[in-house]
Amino acid sequence: MSTTTSTAGGIDRDDLARLAEHWDEPRSLRAWFTTVDHKKIGRRYLVTAGFFFALAGLSALVMRTQLARPEAGVLSPDEYNQLFTMHGTAMIFLFATPMLFGFGNFLVPLMIGSRDMAFPRLNAFGYWVFLFAGLFMWASLPFGAAPNNGWFAYAPLNQEQHNPGLHMDVYALGLLFLGISTTSGAINFIVTALKLRAPGMSLNRVPLFVWAIVATAFMVVFALPALNADNAMLFLDRRFGTHFFDPGGGGNVLLWQHLFWIFGHPDVYIIVMPGLGIVSAVLPAFTRRGVVGYPLIVLAIVAISIVSFGVWVHHMFATGLPQLSYSFFSAASTIITIPSGIQIFAWLATMLLGRLVLRTPLLFVIGFIVTFVLGGFTGAMFALTPFDQQVTDSYFVVAHFHYVLLGGALFPILAGIYYWLPKITGRMYHEGLARWAFWLFFIGMHVTFFPMHLIGLFGMPRRVYTYRGGLGWDVGNLISTIGAYLLAVSLLLTLIGVVHAVRRGRPAPADPWEGDTLEWSAASPPEPYNFPVIPRVHSLHPTWDERTAESTTTGATEDRILSEGRRTLFTSELDARSERAAEMPEPSFKPLVLAGALLVFFISMLLAWYPIAIAAVVTVAATLAAWLWPVRRPDEELGVAS
Amino acid sequence: ALNPAGTGAARVNGLWWLLFWTSVAVFAEVMALLAWALVFRRGAARVRHGQPLRFVVILGAGLPFVILVAVYGVALRDLAALGAGPGRDPLTVEVIGHQWWWEVRYAGRSGATANEIHIPVGERVKVRLRTDDVLHSFWVPQLMPKTDLISGETRETWLEARQAGSYRGQCAEYCGTQHAHMAFLVVAQPRADFDAFLTRLDAPARAPQTDAERRGQQAFVQGTCAACHTVRGTGAQGRVGPDLSNVGSRWSIGAGAVPNDAGHLGGWIANSQSVKPGNAMPPQPVDAARLPDLIAYLRSLE
Amino acid sequence: MTDRGGAVAAATGAEALSTELPVGRPTSWWGMVMFVATEATLFACLLGSYFYLRFQYGPQWPPPGIEDPKLLKPLVMTAILLPSSLPVMWAEHGIRHGQRWRLNLGMAATFVMGTSFLVLQGTEYDEKLHMFTLTSNAYGSLFFVITGFHGLHVLVGLSMIGWLLVASLRGGSFGAHRHDRVRNVAIYWHFVDTVWVAILFTIYLSPRL
Ligand code: HEA
Ligand code: HEA
Ligand code: HEC
Ligand code: CUA
Ligand SMILES: [Cu+2]
Repeated sequence: MSTTTSTAGGIDRDDLARLAEHWDEPRSLRAWFTTVDHKKIGRRYLVTAGFFFALAGLSALVMRTQLARPEAGVLSPDEYNQLFTMHGTAMIFLFATPMLFGFGNFLVPLMIGSRDMAFPRLNAFGYWVFLFAGLFMWASLPFGAAPNNGWFAYAPLNQEQHNPGLHMDVYALGLLFLGISTTSGAINFIVTALKLRAPGMSLNRVPLFVWAIVATAFMVVFALPALNADNAMLFLDRRFGTHFFDPGGGGNVLLWQHLFWIFGHPDVYIIVMPGLGIVSAVLPAFTRRGVVGYPLIVLAIVAISIVSFGVWVHHMFATGLPQLSYSFFSAASTIITIPSGIQIFAWLATMLLGRLVLRTPLLFVIGFIVTFVLGGFTGAMFALTPFDQQVTDSYFVVAHFHYVLLGGALFPILAGIYYWLPKITGRMYHEGLARWAFWLFFIGMHVTFFPMHLIGLFGMPRRVYTYRGGLGWDVGNLISTIGAYLLAVSLLLTLIGVVHAVRRGRPAPADPWEGDTLEWSAASPPEPYNFPVIPRVHSLHPTWDERTAESTTTGATEDRILSEGRRTLFTSELDARSERAAEMPEPSFKPLVLAGALLVFFISMLLAWYPIAIAAVVTVAATLAAWLWPVRRPDEELGVAS
Repeated sequence: ALNPAGTGAARVNGLWWLLFWTSVAVFAEVMALLAWALVFRRGAARVRHGQPLRFVVILGAGLPFVILVAVYGVALRDLAALGAGPGRDPLTVEVIGHQWWWEVRYAGRSGATANEIHIPVGERVKVRLRTDDVLHSFWVPQLMPKTDLISGETRETWLEARQAGSYRGQCAEYCGTQHAHMAFLVVAQPRADFDAFLTRLDAPARAPQTDAERRGQQAFVQGTCAACHTVRGTGAQGRVGPDLSNVGSRWSIGAGAVPNDAGHLGGWIANSQSVKPGNAMPPQPVDAARLPDLIAYLRSLE
Repeated sequence: MTDRGGAVAAATGAEALSTELPVGRPTSWWGMVMFVATEATLFACLLGSYFYLRFQYGPQWPPPGIEDPKLLKPLVMTAILLPSSLPVMWAEHGIRHGQRWRLNLGMAATFVMGTSFLVLQGTEYDEKLHMFTLTSNAYGSLFFVITGFHGLHVLVGLSMIGWLLVASLRGGSFGAHRHDRVRNVAIYWHFVDTVWVAILFTIYLSPRL
């Protein structure tokens, strides 16, 4: 059991028993559907996103098989077009963001010394919506009705007239549906990090990973509406005959692009930012010191989140907008590389001054640096308009974004999986297997995507289901396909490694790496209530800090044990002073019911069963009303004047 | 894009090599630091010292800033150069994108061709871009970076080839099922040849000379073909598909889908859907006996 | 909520823990504020789309065949909707002092005002539909989608207010120590009001500028 449950200080056996009583969820089917525990929800996010990743990755494998040689007949053009669209859409929306939200869900409360998220039921709701939206989108594939217009779905090809069938309705509705989950999750993160931090964790002691998640959440709050507006207009255009994107009716096709990229560019940082946060979280344990330049990194995170809203036109450099606006957006896109540079060199400095312990998570971090820097460089090249006009929409761009996406998200995610596996499952992974997975992944990554730079420069456009031989693209494509198979093997090894750890792994101690953040002071896996005593934080590296440790043992006080009921502590936003103990909600079916009603709504909108859609809206409203219905209390407790 | 043959592409090529070598240098720096750490900083002891903020700021922000300002300046110059356009009264080609082929017209000429753009070598030719349906993008890697074709609007770019020759171009904006087969060819030729080409554009197509060709013409004009295709000087005036007045001498069939020879032409006419699935030309109910005539006729149109 | 200094000590005392006096901003306040922020961004995107399409369209706006929007009715609607925030404020202050009757009365007043707004909007639509519809052109799409989306928000706000009213009339729901939900509904309602001003300016006033 937990190593921190010393009964010497303020906490005694009765407290522990009461905590267990209030927080335990029985192992039953009912509990499975009603849970609000952020750790279970976080795990579900990770597994579900992993599942969607496997689907999207296998799609890529099929695509690569088709592209291995010129004029292959593995896929018909329509199949290919649906596959590459689903690959991109799922990787971005159903894998990268939810995966990182999964880490956030599991880790944020643990890292800030809280017992749950601020809104546990909303959290459960967000998960169900994510699951349903993902299934909603993937289910269209076997029917041949999957989105088929690329992940950014440009107008007017997304219009009924050019693209009949359900394809783009699935896209618009699926993303609107999913947006509910992402938005609610983001708000939850923000509020959790603002109000639920352990006492003493003032803003300058917040772990970098939490900073990254919060910055991400803010970007979601302000970027996602643009995508939602876009998709709502798209659906109205397609179904109800509006003319937003129809030049014939006074609309404009570029409106789609502007709105999409006002969302889309911040979105790429929404993906990379938590990844960078994982890097900052992993490094201290394996460099044996804190990350260099904490304030600089925080500054960089904040700067990126803000500037990322001002560069979207760099995705439209070939649309023929005025040169003046190009020079502005080109400058902004150039500048945004600087905060990334600061972070890279801060990590390098950390490694140069620390002592490296070369375990698998660190290997992945090193892989991240090599890969992400290369991808960042090509990004900086595109920021220059004339160069971008030459290579945009070619495989050079495909190479760029896989370098930054695999480098900036997948490498950190894999580092995170190995790093926190002991915490999440309570088991250690097999180091040898993990190293194999790393090397195969690293080699596979570069074998797959490096040649794409070249074939892009040789003139191969992206999103082609096949190509003619003899144009200088044959060899590069073949190598790239071989690399993709290497990647598949390495990811299979990772999967095997995880399953093996869960089944056979050595039991993990609470703190196998000597990490610096609070999750390592909880048990592995953590108790349902996370911390028997909510710590009082005295430094940026609370687990390395004796005073913080003492606050949970001999220094434990009643106001941080809170064993009477299902409680955690609220603190003030900036300096995290204790404000009050708060009652946390019990498990409930309502999140599932609400998400289910929404699923019915979106399915019936898709299939044009409008009466059912209306019934679903009524159910949604009723569920919400019941969810928030106040508990009846006596007047004196409420404070009603007589 | 790495072996430019036109003024526009050459500019960008210069920029690329600048960016490439700068990146190599910075990457080498990062790798050197990483290697240093990996070689000399192994161990397990807890370390506390050092917050080398100056190191981080200089290498992570200062140096990149200097580099970026420099390359940004170069890029601005190149952007202006690309935007400078072809000067007054240039020769103007009008290119209209269709799913999934290119219609090519010349200002002041009545005829049209498809998927093949002739330009005089060494001259700056203005290209006006429109689309008939969805977005496309006009890209000739060896000559000029991309310009998108925007529904409801007109865009302009220019081409200038420094040497005579043929340069492959293609659609670079995803435009649906057959985006993959929407290529074209830019043929840069000496002025005299080019003028001859232009003159032919105004004249009627070559008249059939053999019996087979005459039968083919009849089949073409009286069959379904004429509903969609034009052959100048005949009754075929359809505008749905490419103008076929000079189809015999074109580089390909179906916008780069297959080479232009008798075999592929026959296959195309009989069922273009097996050659380029999804394209806008339905399988044609051509009498098997008429097919060779039709092929002969179309091959004769130069 | 202004007694910050003493709050810390008081909040950690055993008494505070058992009575749960609200100290500091509650999580639900932050939740609502962030929700409103994201909704406001959504409206900003829609209004931005309006101006984008307008300026891309050409010199004449609204397009030929559609007259400039008349102002009288929208101004009356504004005169109803904007002040409807006042009873909400009054009600919120009331419940903070434990005066449930003020809560009930204020919410009822706002409910009536909001409903009148929607009724007026209905008659406004009736008028416009003779001139253009959602599907006539981009102008019609913008007009009906933006105002309709706002109308939907009014409807949601009214549902919240109705819900509050029912909960309050049942008794045992709100009082001086428990009014988070009242405050959140109030924030939402103020937001719905404020957005209307931006819509009034965009849809009704800007074509006349
Ligand atoms: C994780 C996601 C991610 C990240 C982090 C980035 C990071 C960057 N991206 Fe990328 N990008 C994408 C995902 C991402 N991108 C995707 C998905 C697309 C394609 C969408 C599509 O079309 O489908 C795209 C496309 C894209 C384009 C449009 C290309 C086109 O379609 O024509 C541009 C143009 O400016 C661009 C620029 C940049 C820049 C400047 C950065 C910078 O943030 C990079 C900064 C990092 C570094 C530069 C490395 C570290 C720095 C140093 C070591 C310091 C020294 C550096 C210098 C001197 C330069 N990106
Ligand atoms: C995070 C984002 C992400 C990731 C990780 C990847 C990963 C990969 N991508 Fe993709 N890709 C995109 C985002 C991503 N991609 C986007 C946004 C586009 C643009 C789409 C568009 O144009 O609209 C794109 C487009 C794209 C193209 C261009 C298509 C085209 O333009 O025609 C290609 C072509 O080769 C490609 C290949 C690959 C390959 C081989 C991988 C490999 O790395 C995949 C490896 C993974 C596997 C092979 C799965 C293995 C899994 C198992 C064996 C089981 C394990 C199980 C569990 C973990 C539970 N991707
Ligand atoms: C319904 C319209 C339609 C009819 C009828 C039609 N075509 Fe076509 N044709 C097209 C279209 C559209 C294309 C361009 C297809 C593409 O490349 O995507 C095309 C392309 C071609 C091409 C290739 C041109 C090039 O430059 O690539 C040839 C040759 C051709 N058609 C011949 C014929 C003949 C012969 C017939 C009659 C037997 C015929 N077509 C009937 C629409 C039609
Ligand atoms: Cu036309 Cu792609
Ligand atoms: Cu971008």
